[in-house]
Amino acid sequence: MGYIELMDISKSYNKQRNVLNGIDLQIEKGEFFVLVGPSGSGKSTLLRMIAGLEEISGGTLKISEKIVNHLPPKDRNLSMVFQNYALYPHLTVEQNILFGLNAQKVDREIQQKRLEETAQMMGLNELLKRKPRELSGGQRQRVALARAVVSEAPLCLMDEPLSNLDAKLRANMRIEIRRLQKRLGLTMVYVTHDQVEAMTMGDRIMVLNDGIIQQVGEPIDLYNKPSNLFVATFIGSPKMNLGKAILEDSNLIIENVLTIPFEHLEMPKNLKSRNLVIGIRAEHMPYGDENQQVQNVEIVNVEHLGNETLISFEVGTELWTAKWLGQWLIQVGDKVPVHISVENMCFFDEDTGNLIQEATFTHKQEVVRR
Amino acid sequence: MSMSNPGIPSSTEITEISFENVKKKQRVKSFTKGMLFLLPSIVLFGAFLFYPLFKTMYLSFFLTNARGETTVFVGLQNYIEMFTSPIFHQSMKSTFLFVLYTVPTTIIIALLLAVLANEKLKGIGFFRTIFSSTMGISVAAASVFWLYMFHPSIGFLNQILSLFGVESIGWLTDPKWALIAVAVTTIWMNLGFTFLVLLGGLQSIDSYLYESADIDGAGYFHKLRRITIPMLSPTLFFVITVTIINAFQTFGQIDILTQGGPQNSTNLIVYSIYREAFTNYQFGTASAQAIVLFIIILIMTIIQFKLGERKVHYQ
Amino acid sequence: MTMPLSKKIVFYSLLIISALAVFAPALMAFVMSFMDNKDIMTGSLPKSLSFDNYLKAFEQFPLLKYLFNSLIVSVVITIGQLILSSLAAYAFVFLEFKGRDILFFLFIATMMVPFEASIIPNFHIIRDLNWIDQYPGLTVPFFATAFGTFLLRQNFKQIPKELREASQIVGMGDFKFYLKVVLPVAKTSLVTLGAYGFLTSWNMYLWPLLSTTNDTVRTVQIGLKQLQTQEQLNDWGVIMSGAIIVIIPTLILLFLGQKQLQKGLTEGAIK
Ligand SMILES: Nc1ncnc2c1ncn2[C@@H]1O[C@H](COP(=O)(O)OP(=O)(O)O)[C@@H](O)[C@H]1O
Ligand SMILES: [Mg+2]
Repeated sequence: MGYIELMDISKSYNKQRNVLNGIDLQIEKGEFFVLVGPSGSGKSTLLRMIAGLEEISGGTLKISEKIVNHLPPKDRNLSMVFQNYALYPHLTVEQNILFGLNAQKVDREIQQKRLEETAQMMGLNELLKRKPRELSGGQRQRVALARAVVSEAPLCLMDEPLSNLDAKLRANMRIEIRRLQKRLGLTMVYVTHDQVEAMTMGDRIMVLNDGIIQQVGEPIDLYNKPSNLFVATFIGSPKMNLGKAILEDSNLIIENVLTIPFEHLEMPKNLKSRNLVIGIRAEHMPYGDENQQVQNVEIVNVEHLGNETLISFEVGTELWTAKWLGQWLIQVGDKVPVHISVENMCFFDEDTGNLIQEATFTHKQEVVRR
Repeated sequence: MSMSNPGIPSSTEITEISFENVKKKQRVKSFTKGMLFLLPSIVLFGAFLFYPLFKTMYLSFFLTNARGETTVFVGLQNYIEMFTSPIFHQSMKSTFLFVLYTVPTTIIIALLLAVLANEKLKGIGFFRTIFSSTMGISVAAASVFWLYMFHPSIGFLNQILSLFGVESIGWLTDPKWALIAVAVTTIWMNLGFTFLVLLGGLQSIDSYLYESADIDGAGYFHKLRRITIPMLSPTLFFVITVTIINAFQTFGQIDILTQGGPQNSTNLIVYSIYREAFTNYQFGTASAQAIVLFIIILIMTIIQFKLGERKVHYQ
Repeated sequence: MTMPLSKKIVFYSLLIISALAVFAPALMAFVMSFMDNKDIMTGSLPKSLSFDNYLKAFEQFPLLKYLFNSLIVSVVITIGQLILSSLAAYAFVFLEFKGRDILFFLFIATMMVPFEASIIPNFHIIRDLNWIDQYPGLTVPFFATAFGTFLLRQNFKQIPKELREASQIVGMGDFKFYLKVVLPVAKTSLVTLGAYGFLTSWNMYLWPLLSTTNDTVRTVQIGLKQLQTQEQLNDWGVIMSGAIIVIIPTLILLFLGQKQLQKGLTEGAIK
């Protein structure tokens, strides 16, 4: 049994088209759970239904084994952090932090004790007497977090809490929120549209698109075994390279231009005579040396990232990108050999977009488990 | 593993039914709450606006005694009398003339003042305050000020006239001039409000429009005609309708300056209602006139909403 | 970009001339209020200035009583309007319930009914309630205002919905949220509406004329009319001093709040 259970949850506004459909999900106690998806996919709606701010149109929602569909937010024992922080502009930082405890008529002494602890933890001691407009974006963010922390609710919901911060601050806050969650043992449901944030923060991730769950799993699994084309392109940067492909004899023909032999590998039976889409990650297309089978491709773009170089080339109508370690001094227009191997490829059904077979190579080498 | 489906418990149907109950209860609760917040306003609107309006309609079909109690049902008789009465004709004519005298003049003067006061000059705040000052001056005070201005012998206007050797005018006693005198007072009184609203409209025009016109080398009047007036159209429209509605509701100036005279030339509709009801105690005919006033204002407001919505570009 | 000097001169002359023209009636009244009646009647320039007219006005008329009544009436109306319209605006912005849109239309509809058109039954209501010559009769009918509700509604709409949601999560009810968050956050627009309400109530004329028959609750506007009609000697200095006293409170209010009022009027009215 999970801590939060969503059973066949759906949502429609004003009896129109469903914004969310058939959401089945379990979130474990103490888990950092990330909801990720493009904007408009229904993440906020789902989070707000868990919070009780939005009516649930269909299905059952349980929090710690109790059905809570009908309960108002305050009876669900949770805290929430909003994208715009929702700080009360007329109150000081201290009053903002204590706002909830005051509303719940918590004893004054306990309030003060919790305030001190929280302010200490969030490094807000110096700012307690300031108004929100006298704070920087990062400081406001901290106050919003402090408000969630001080409530001591076991469940914390966050809706894109970092999207108003600049990139550097965001990276810091990611780590800080993560540490806070572990330290307090919070169950976290965290909404973001940024897949990097999702990958770096989540214990588990749910990818949502158009109101439908695409995949739920650990970050690594989403990366290695995207269950469909949407997840394949949404997770990971640069995004997975895709190409239409068919099997012919013992070769894989991609976009009618690349012919890749299966070599010594056994050709899986379930790939035969179907329209395929193959996906391959940028880091799985290294510079080809003599001992390997290589494809010679013409470079159309080079990006230097420092210790890595991104090389783009055309495969039929698709633009593929390979990521090579080190600094490669290559010019646009150069022809370079690239090693593209079948064992690094994920195979998808072209019609349904679903994964047929994941890359075999990753199992052997890259994942380090301890 | 990704799409785990924990199987829906068999109790779902039962719980769903109770959810419906809870939802219904919540709906009733939020309705009650909404009504509680609105109740004070609704009750007062009901008691002092809607009920009296319907009562007015009702009264307009009756004769009444001096206490305002209905005595005889007369059907449309009050309306027929009203529309055949030369005094009411005079009153309507004066009212519409008054609107014609006051509305365009008020707006043109206020607009000129607003354009002047919109320049970024040192000390402009002082001038803005002066121009808006008449908004803070009550009808009674303004009327008293102008009562002096229009005074036949010591009044400022006639003194000026006599400086130029012009014969003095019976501003408030000559039927030819009285309505104009009341109109002048009204224009002066309404300048402050109209100016303030128009200035607000002018200030909300984006300055980049002027900057790009400056780059094109447009002159002052060109900018005024091509940018200021069109961009100001929503505000102008609002001001026009409000000024018209206000003009139809004129009362205090009349009561102090002319009491509807001379020869009923300033007996504007609200004053006419007042006199009919509270000095002649003819509540029935007064109510019929009040209904006419209501219909006029109703039409004006509907025009404002209808045209306003389409034409006015809200920021 | 600075204006060339010649243009500046043109503008300043225009400004000064029009300011003089606009302010002339008030200015003359102000000067007259310090003038000797003889000087006024002969139309000569003031030979001496004194407070005699003011003293006379206060002696011969219960002006202080009138001023006090006006103050009470205006303050009560202002507070009543602030309470009622902020409650109503809250419901229109933060509450969702069946019938809300119909009620909103009802509020719009009130703008189509001029008070003057319903003044006869209103007078009878007040009379039947025994509210003639009573403060309630002068104030209660004006508590509900559509303009005020719309103005505050515009302002409340700018308060992020998340503030309400954050308070819902900690279990704060609507009324408490209205008191503790909405009213303090919308303070400036409340002040604007308050100033506007005070201004218009202070300047009310027709209704106080009807609903007062003696000096107990008579407001200063009607008092000024009394002063003007009863001043047998036609003592203009006294009349003008009365008028100046009447306009001073509202002029001060206007001078202090001109910017606010200007913004409020445009917001509530046009958007
Ligand atoms: N109050 C509402 N009324 C109607 N539609 C809404 C409302 N809120 C959100 N939606 C719609 O629901 C969909 C999902 O919205 P949301 O949950 O905010 O997406 P996300 O947070 O993933 O960007 C969107 O198509 C949006 O237009
Ligand atoms: Mg969202």
